[in-house]
Amino acid sequence: MTTRSIIISQIQQVAAEQKKTLAPLTDDLSLLDSGLDSLCFAILVARLEDAIGVDPFTASAEVKFPNTIGELIAFYEHVAA
Amino acid sequence: MSQPESLSLTDLLKAGAGVGRAIGMMGASLALDDFSNATSLGGYFDALEGRSIVLMAGDQLKTAAALIELDGWARRIVLCPPDLESKHWGAVIRDAEADAIVYGGDDPPPQGVDVAILAPCVLPLQPRAASTVRRFATEWVLLTSGTTGDPKMVVHTLATLTGAITRSAPQALVQNWATFYDIRRYGGLQIFLRAIAGRGSLTLRNAGETVDDFLIRAGVAGVTHISGTPSHWRLVLMNAAARRMDPEYVRLSGEIADSSVLNALAALYPRARVAHAFASTEAGVGFEVEDGQAGFPAAYLGERDNGAALKVVDGSLAIRSGRTALRYLGQSAPILRDAESFVDTGDMIELRGDRGYFVGRRGGIINVGGAKVNPEEVEAVINMHAGVHASLVKARRNPITGALVAADVVLNEGVIEAPGLKDEIIAACARQLAPYKVPALVRFVPTLAVTPSGKLARNG
Repeated sequence: MTTRSIIISQIQQVAAEQKKTLAPLTDDLSLLDSGLDSLCFAILVARLEDAIGVDPFTASAEVKFPNTIGELIAFYEHVAA
Repeated sequence: MSQPESLSLTDLLKAGAGVGRAIGMMGASLALDDFSNATSLGGYFDALEGRSIVLMAGDQLKTAAALIELDGWARRIVLCPPDLESKHWGAVIRDAEADAIVYGGDDPPPQGVDVAILAPCVLPLQPRAASTVRRFATEWVLLTSGTTGDPKMVVHTLATLTGAITRSAPQALVQNWATFYDIRRYGGLQIFLRAIAGRGSLTLRNAGETVDDFLIRAGVAGVTHISGTPSHWRLVLMNAAARRMDPEYVRLSGEIADSSVLNALAALYPRARVAHAFASTEAGVGFEVEDGQAGFPAAYLGERDNGAALKVVDGSLAIRSGRTALRYLGQSAPILRDAESFVDTGDMIELRGDRGYFVGRRGGIINVGGAKVNPEEVEAVINMHAGVHASLVKARRNPITGALVAADVVLNEGVIEAPGLKDEIIAACARQLAPYKVPALVRFVPTLAVTPSGKLARNG
């Protein structure tokens, strides 16, 4: 699985668990508008750390937090690469 | 110095003499009727009168012998737990103002210690001629491990330690006790004292003895009363040898007893009273609950006629009773009892309806983005799942919320780690808990680490 597909499927799983309705996951969708709250993001980051092996929020020295779905994916792809 | 005590351990023993009582371990036992004319301390016994004694007797049987002999004879006994590291000896000796050490006669004498007397404790007992008058109200000092630094030294007396024990009437049925605990810590010491007061025998677990072997020995010994932590009991519940004994009384303490373990024990031992007790080294035995349900009646809170009281302060249980410890030893020791003689337990209470529930330690709370989660509350829900044997809930650091709830789960024997099982457990938690309390991560593990005192290891 690609980093992108892992992230998308984990977002869907967390949203389902937390009973959140997701907006269509396009690259330019703002994370704040995605339907996930901060607890969802916290869970997502922890799950992705287990699935991909990195936590870019902690691993990277200069963290510019991603704002959109596309930036979030790039954030992980950049660190995973 | 001290006023004569009404009763010493020797007096309690005499009341139950003549029926062949013993403390049994694997491959060794100590006959309790022999102390009237025998000693484990040889020629050192006389010289130990009135001393402050650090007791590191090497094993539980020698510890039991030395306690029986020294109560009322020594001014102070410091009961060292089995895992006390030698680097702490200096501080213990200093703070106890100790002038003697009793050590296990099978071990070399402790090195580099500054005391007047080094007395070996040797079994079997050797004959001793003179009878003795015990005239000290001996201080019993128990050690509790701090997270860092030297252990805290907690001062009790035989009176505070036995305050929760109803002395059985002569015609009452004999109580044959067993415990998973080590008698060198508060929980095990309670059972040692209950066995002595209960006029029966005591079966103790050897270090490293398997649960099977211990249960089989308990069955052979005719054990009627037995105690351990909920973690111990979960081990028993998954063990076929559990049916080798048929106790009348099953006691849980030292950790929160949830309804799953209480119900399972009631089903396993239908004729037993299943009781869970709240006790700690500092607070003593707070109370016992025998209605088979988790938590305790909220009516326990408040004042009692005898001056005892339970109250909740900032969510934490505080206890005043004749069973709490008196103080800590040592120059820089913290205050144990407040101005009104309450001991703060640090155990967090939540009132729901007419019942109080323990929801964890003050320090053990997980902070998820400012919302507080008590690990034990989540564990209780996870443990309700039919496939789950035990669980440990802990914090996992998280860049978004600071921490998240994570769970290590041990499945029952024969339960397969099916793909949907994690989701099932998470869904069960989601039905009963606020979203931030639901474990974000569930991991299946073969076992959970248990501390030397038999509790789930919660750090690291």
